[in-house]
Amino acid sequence: MSKVKKGYYYTNTHEWVKVEDGFAYIGISDYAQENLGEIVFVELPDEEMAIEAGDELGAIESVKAASDILSPITGTIVMVNDELEDNPELLNEDPYENWIVKVDMEDKSELSELLSPDEYEDICEE
Amino acid sequence: MKETALHPKHVALDAKMAEFAGYDMPIVYSSITEEHQKVRESCGLFDVSHMGEITVKGEEATKLVNYLFTNDVTKMTEKQVLYGMMCYEDGGVVDDLLVYKFHDKHYLLVVNASNVDKDFEWVSKHNTFHCTVTNESNYYSEVALQGPKAEEILQQLTEYDLNLIEFFHFENVLLDNRIYMVSRTGYTGEDGFEIYGTHQEIVELWDRLLEVGGDAIAPIGLGARDTLRFEVNLPLYGNELSKTITPLEAGYKFAVKLEGDPFIGRDALIKQKENKTKRRIVGLELQDKGIIRHGYDVYKDDELVGFVTTGYKSPSTGKTVALAMVDRPYDKLGTELTVEVRNKRKKVVVIKKKFYNKNYKK
Repeated sequence: MSKVKKGYYYTNTHEWVKVEDGFAYIGISDYAQENLGEIVFVELPDEEMAIEAGDELGAIESVKAASDILSPITGTIVMVNDELEDNPELLNEDPYENWIVKVDMEDKSELSELLSPDEYEDICEE
Repeated sequence: MKETALHPKHVALDAKMAEFAGYDMPIVYSSITEEHQKVRESCGLFDVSHMGEITVKGEEATKLVNYLFTNDVTKMTEKQVLYGMMCYEDGGVVDDLLVYKFHDKHYLLVVNASNVDKDFEWVSKHNTFHCTVTNESNYYSEVALQGPKAEEILQQLTEYDLNLIEFFHFENVLLDNRIYMVSRTGYTGEDGFEIYGTHQEIVELWDRLLEVGGDAIAPIGLGARDTLRFEVNLPLYGNELSKTITPLEAGYKFAVKLEGDPFIGRDALIKQKENKTKRRIVGLELQDKGIIRHGYDVYKDDELVGFVTTGYKSPSTGKTVALAMVDRPYDKLGTELTVEVRNKRKKVVVIKKKFYNKNYKK
C-alpha cells in the first residue's frame, strides 16, 4: 500500500502540493513513484518560468518510460530542486520530502480545487 | 486478455502486470535494475510462454523452411537451433525466429508472440510443399533460465550432463522425471536455456527451479528482458526489425545467407547488399542528461537523418545509450548528432552498438 501523507494537496495525476511560508512545493506521490519504478532521470524546468495549472512542469524517466509532471497550480517557479539532477532516485526513496519545484502561487484559491488526502487515497485504491 | 499457465504464480509474487502481445504478462517483480543484475551475475527465470510455436512436418519440410528463412537450413544438423528471419519480397521482415530441427522432415519455428497469427498465415500461404503446418502455440509453455549460474541450477534437476548441450542446440532432457525440450539459447547475452513443455510441466518446473535455485535465482519480468537483450544488441521485432527494416539495414547479416538456395526476399537483399544499404543501425551515446527512447527523431544539424529504435539508461554500464537507424554517412563512429527529446535537442555521438559483451558458453 502506498502512503498518502496528511497536510498535502493532491491531483488525480499523482502530484502533490505542500504550502510552506506562502510558497507551494510540488512533488510526486508515493503511489506515483511506486508505479513508475526506479527513477533514472528527472527533467526539471527553468527557474523564473511562469506556469499554469495543468502545464507540463517537466518529466520523470523511469527505466521503462517517460511520464510528464503536470503543475497542479498557477504561478512562477522560484526554485528547482537541482539535487534531483544527479540523484533522481531520491524521488523513490522519499517522494514527500523531495520536492521538485517551489512556486510563487498566483491564486491561492486554486488549492481548494485539489484533492484532500482522503479523496486522493480513494483514487489510489481504485 | 490471454493468460499463460504461470499467470497465478506472477500474481502470487505480486508482479506488476501489463498487456503484452495480447497476454497479461509480468513486467517487473522487484525492480528492473535488480532483476537485470541478477541475470548478469547469477540467474533469472522468465515466463516466455507467450512465444509462438509453429510446427512444420513433411517430406519436403526442409525445402519449405529454407524457402521462407534467411539463414541456411540445409546445413543444419539434427537437434540444432538456428536464428534468422522470414522476409517479404522487398526484404522487409515478417518476423525473426528460431528454427529447431528435429530431423529433415520435422521443424519447430519459435516466433514472436505478437506475430504468431501473421507468421502462421505466411508459412501456410507458401506451403506448396505439401507439408503439415500447425500452430501449436496454445499447447506449449516455455520458460527461459538465463545467467552464469543457469546450468548449475538446472543440473540439480537432472542426471543428464547439461554440458553436452552445445550453444544453439537442444535435447530432450529428463528433469524431475518428466521430459522437457531444453535448448542452450536465450535473449540476454548470458549462458542459459530455453525450456519447453506442456502447461502443467512448466508450472511444476517453475516452482522447482525457484526452490533449488534459492538465493541464486529470481523471477525476471519483461522489463529486464528488454534491457538485457538491448545491451547485447539482440533485436526486438517492431524496434530494430520490422516490415520496413531489412535484416541488412539492422546489421544482422550473419543470419542472412545470400549465397545458398533462394528464399523469399533474397533478390531484394542481394540488390541492397550490392548497392550498400542507405542507412543502418548504430549505437548512440547521450552526451547531455536525459534518456533517449524508441521512436525519437535523430538529426544532423536541422536535417532529419534517422530514428531511435531502442534506448535506455543501460543498467550494466549506467550510460544512456540507444540503438538508432541512421542514414549514411552519419553512421560513422564519432559522428555528432542530436536527438529530439520533448522538443529539445540533446547531443549524442555514434558509438559501437555492443554496449555489453556477451558471455555465451560456446
